[in-house]
Amino acid sequence: MTIATLPLPASQPVEPPAEGSNYLNVSYGVVSWLLTKDHKRIAILYLISVTAMFLLGGLAISIVRLHLMTPQGTLVSADTYNRLFTMHGVIMVFFFLVPVAPAVLGNFCLPLMIGAKDLAFPRINLLSWYLYVIGGAWTLFAMLTEGVDTGWTFYAPYSSQATHYNVVPTLIGLVLAGFSSLFTGLNFIVTTHWLRAPGLTWFRLPIFVWAMYATSFISLLAVPVLAMALILLMLERLLHIGIFDPALGGDPLLFQHLFWFYSHPAVYIMILPGMGIVSEVIPCFARKSLFGYTFVAYSSLAIAFLSFLVWAHHMFVAGITLYAALVFSCLSFLVAVPSAIKVFNWTATLYKGSIAFETPMLFCLGFVALFTAGGLTGLFLATLGVDIHVHDTYFVIAHFHFIMVGGMVMAYMGGLHFWWPKMTGRMYSQWWSRLAALIIFVGFFLTFLPQFIVGYNGMPRRYYQYVPEFQVWNVLSSAGASILAVGYLLPLGYLLYSLRYGPRTGSNPWGATGLEWTTTSPPPRDNFAVTPIVVRGPYEYDTGKAQNEP
Amino acid sequence: MSLRDTLFTQAEQKALFDHTFLARDRLEEQYASLPHQSETAAFGMWVFLATEVMFFGTLFVAVGAYWIFSPKTIERASLELNWVIGGINTVVLLVSSLMMVLAIHAAQLNRQREVFRYLVLTAGLGIAFLCFKALEYYLDYRENLIPGFKFDDAEWIARGVDASQLGYVKMFLFLYWTMTGFHAIHVTIGIGVVVVMAVLTRRGHFSAEYYSPLDVTGLYWHFVDIVWIFVFPTLYLLGTHTL
Amino acid sequence: MLDSAKSAWFPPEASTTAAHVDLLLYFLLAVCGSVGLLVAFLMIYFCIRYRRRPGAGRPARTHASHALEWFWTIVPFFIFMGIFVWGAVVYVDAYHAPPDSIPVYGIGKQWMWKFQHPEGQREINTLHVPLGRPVQVLLTSEDVIHSFFIPAFRVHMDVLPNRYTSVWFEATKPGEYHLFCSQYCGTNHAGMIGTVVVMEQADFESWLSLHAEGSLALEGRKVFLKYRCISCHSATAGARAPVLEGLYGNIARLNNGRSVVADDAYIRESILDPGAKIAAGWENIMPTFRGQISEEEIYALISYFRSLQRGETPRRVEEYPPPTSTPPINTTAPDSSATEGKSTAPKEP
Repeated sequence: MTIATLPLPASQPVEPPAEGSNYLNVSYGVVSWLLTKDHKRIAILYLISVTAMFLLGGLAISIVRLHLMTPQGTLVSADTYNRLFTMHGVIMVFFFLVPVAPAVLGNFCLPLMIGAKDLAFPRINLLSWYLYVIGGAWTLFAMLTEGVDTGWTFYAPYSSQATHYNVVPTLIGLVLAGFSSLFTGLNFIVTTHWLRAPGLTWFRLPIFVWAMYATSFISLLAVPVLAMALILLMLERLLHIGIFDPALGGDPLLFQHLFWFYSHPAVYIMILPGMGIVSEVIPCFARKSLFGYTFVAYSSLAIAFLSFLVWAHHMFVAGITLYAALVFSCLSFLVAVPSAIKVFNWTATLYKGSIAFETPMLFCLGFVALFTAGGLTGLFLATLGVDIHVHDTYFVIAHFHFIMVGGMVMAYMGGLHFWWPKMTGRMYSQWWSRLAALIIFVGFFLTFLPQFIVGYNGMPRRYYQYVPEFQVWNVLSSAGASILAVGYLLPLGYLLYSLRYGPRTGSNPWGATGLEWTTTSPPPRDNFAVTPIVVRGPYEYDTGKAQNEP
Repeated sequence: MSLRDTLFTQAEQKALFDHTFLARDRLEEQYASLPHQSETAAFGMWVFLATEVMFFGTLFVAVGAYWIFSPKTIERASLELNWVIGGINTVVLLVSSLMMVLAIHAAQLNRQREVFRYLVLTAGLGIAFLCFKALEYYLDYRENLIPGFKFDDAEWIARGVDASQLGYVKMFLFLYWTMTGFHAIHVTIGIGVVVVMAVLTRRGHFSAEYYSPLDVTGLYWHFVDIVWIFVFPTLYLLGTHTL
Repeated sequence: MLDSAKSAWFPPEASTTAAHVDLLLYFLLAVCGSVGLLVAFLMIYFCIRYRRRPGAGRPARTHASHALEWFWTIVPFFIFMGIFVWGAVVYVDAYHAPPDSIPVYGIGKQWMWKFQHPEGQREINTLHVPLGRPVQVLLTSEDVIHSFFIPAFRVHMDVLPNRYTSVWFEATKPGEYHLFCSQYCGTNHAGMIGTVVVMEQADFESWLSLHAEGSLALEGRKVFLKYRCISCHSATAGARAPVLEGLYGNIARLNNGRSVVADDAYIRESILDPGAKIAAGWENIMPTFRGQISEEEIYALISYFRSLQRGETPRRVEEYPPPTSTPPINTTAPDSSATEGKSTAPKEP
């Protein structure tokens, strides 16, 4: 049976609800959740905390965008503004984008996709969540009491000497959150190596698993460097040794190198899972095998590897030598190639498919469009001759928001809407969710496209006031932000509504072919009644068979 | 005599009982068998150690960077560190790693008393390392090698370091304290884990079938040792070629 | 009336570099725009053409094509390399100031810009430059990292403490243009704004003479005497340090066999970290002036050395002992043996 459109909620249930024991109702009580070892429950715990962080970060930037409606900026003081944009960056990067797809969707789906009963180290998984929560609470406390105004990049010597704000507590929270993602990455790598179901060879793995693997690889190698860089910064601030202080023989550029050695690979930690999600959703709703599976799998690894070689493209005008700039620019172009490969493969997957436009597909098609646009503007930034002009302007802000918001958040929304029935056993309103997707798409364009223009015109980042000729673009951007805010609040509404009133779904409402769709929705505590034996690849939509169907 | 007694010796019966008991008790649901679980745990520790390499590696990079900026000063600063105690500590850690290896070997042969003894020796040598380190830190304090806290510019100028290069001396010493400090923290954590393992061994928690936690502890301990093998020449022996 | 208000879509193209950057931008817009539009078009077309129709069966399996994969790997790679090369050419050009550039000495500090012209004019938050002549701005910071950004000229460089960076530009259109700080530097980062005023040559000459204070090089000579550099760097037999005439911009041979160009950074380092590089044939006896000499005074000295011709070293007229370093900080030892250092007793010439 093809699924062209789904029935409206509360009118026709898809299948009779299977009211058996599942991971949600197997035990009750707060303690059973807070001490759980079940990867699915941990994913839900993350979902709640990550969403809370997203809303806080969004609130901060809403105030910022409101303030930027006028050139003189009279809504908040300069110091408050500076602390608000720092809060937005720190929360969104470290407490939303880095953990969201691995910790929510990866935690939930990875063991299911490989036919395992849980991750390799369930207690470490729970420890990861606690590290995240404690780190988050600590950082939030630091930022909401006195605040931090250094920007999420914490450049020395401003952060080590000049600022009088709460740098050290913020950094402690970040180190804890860093270890949280490190342990999650460790768990994923080990799980993928050792807990695959019989018959599930590497090249039968869904691309989402490859993406998680590549993301975890980056996490493992990059997070410790960040941890040490932040620890050195803390010690510098507390003890004034001078490792980053030029007056004492130190080198502020050393901090930048150490910081960006993590933070550039970090942006690939943020985007690779999104690419994985899209590689699941598009084949499902185009009813076609992913085009170029092998190339897409290898490109994930290539991105992970190359991401470590390009960090100084954030420093082209920081005072590095000409030769360093040339090398890093060249390498930055190289890292664009595997991403281009993926975009072409997703487009080719649509060719001669049978495409339905359910909400997950809408979000993921939006991802491809916006990620492509954002990625192309990345080429502008890798180009030395252009970067000298647009560095540290709104052009850069627009670029990374296209990738992070237009890319990753869209992909996350797509994934959340795709696996929501699996996670909760309920279906949400198609009408409201499509509306949300559309509003987000429109709001997004209006918010960030003007920022490319005002950036090229020279408006620098982190400005609480600006020259009057930039006003029209700022007003457009703020208007778009208000639309975007509505778009992001809508899912909160209809998804929560579906938990109580949405129709119950069967194991495979979308007709997808992954292993996770062969078990009930929601899955039982042990995921599979019988360990599946895999006999085919992950996207055999032409035969319509799941991976363990002979 | 029961059928069981005719088919299996007492030793075999105990082994069978242990196996099923352990399988029920220690085997987690996501694993197919105990060996599967044990191998996965060891792999997990290897992956964790890779991240620790990156963690310490950052400090090595910092030392390297400053050595490139001012090699003579860094080497001169290195000469003031106490390589005697550092050398003793190197030997102490190497021997402790040997003790750990012997502990694992004994575990494989199910000689629980030996396991316990070797684990105690490992922990003991670890504590000896920390004692020597404490002594070294005290001597460093006495010799004004703590920048920002107890440091004498004049001494260094008398040693031939230019006044403008004093910053590099302080930087090197700062990195010395940071590197050895973090290493000492890792040693302390390792001692704690080894002690816990020793207690569990004493309680009969392990057998030849199941000693995976000991294996994983051993990997961690060896790593702590190997980090010191790199720290010692980098910090203590950097300037010896000028002697 | 600020020219940047003229066009809302693009900033004014007011320097030679700006023209190069904009051309490169148009190329990128064309290439990336076409690729982006191609992908967008294909996606929309496929979505419409292959939308699911009721009663449709399963689509046929399309086979992977390695040829196609390699095509869309290799072709983008070569396009990217082409863009890289063009960008690198523009960057290299922006990096190397022409040898006849007019120097301007800039200091960034929280939250203002200070400029000194070689003729001695000082400016705060404003920079007057002539039309059609290359200008090189030497930059340093007194506190944290700032960034010197003139959008209309497309020049951009971070300004670091204890280090020199520089930009150069040749203005092509008279008018007033924005100068922004673009590296977050504290509360009033957004207020660290200035104006660059481009004037016709003649107007610039008259502006210079109107605001002349005495050339920067003359200031530098005064600084050279004030800090008693002359007591070692004198043109007498038995002097303890080399004369500095003709040094600037030429090769300096060091005592470890290496040679370096005696540029602005070399001069600054020689004053603040004299032990870092020793001229060949001389002893390491120069004391450091860190903590005594200001950035403006170092700029003045640089300006002086640029102008110092053969035979122009001032005559040493007194026999006072040479200067010593500032007392070191963090001393726990009570005696000030540091001040003896390695300086020798003054000798009669």
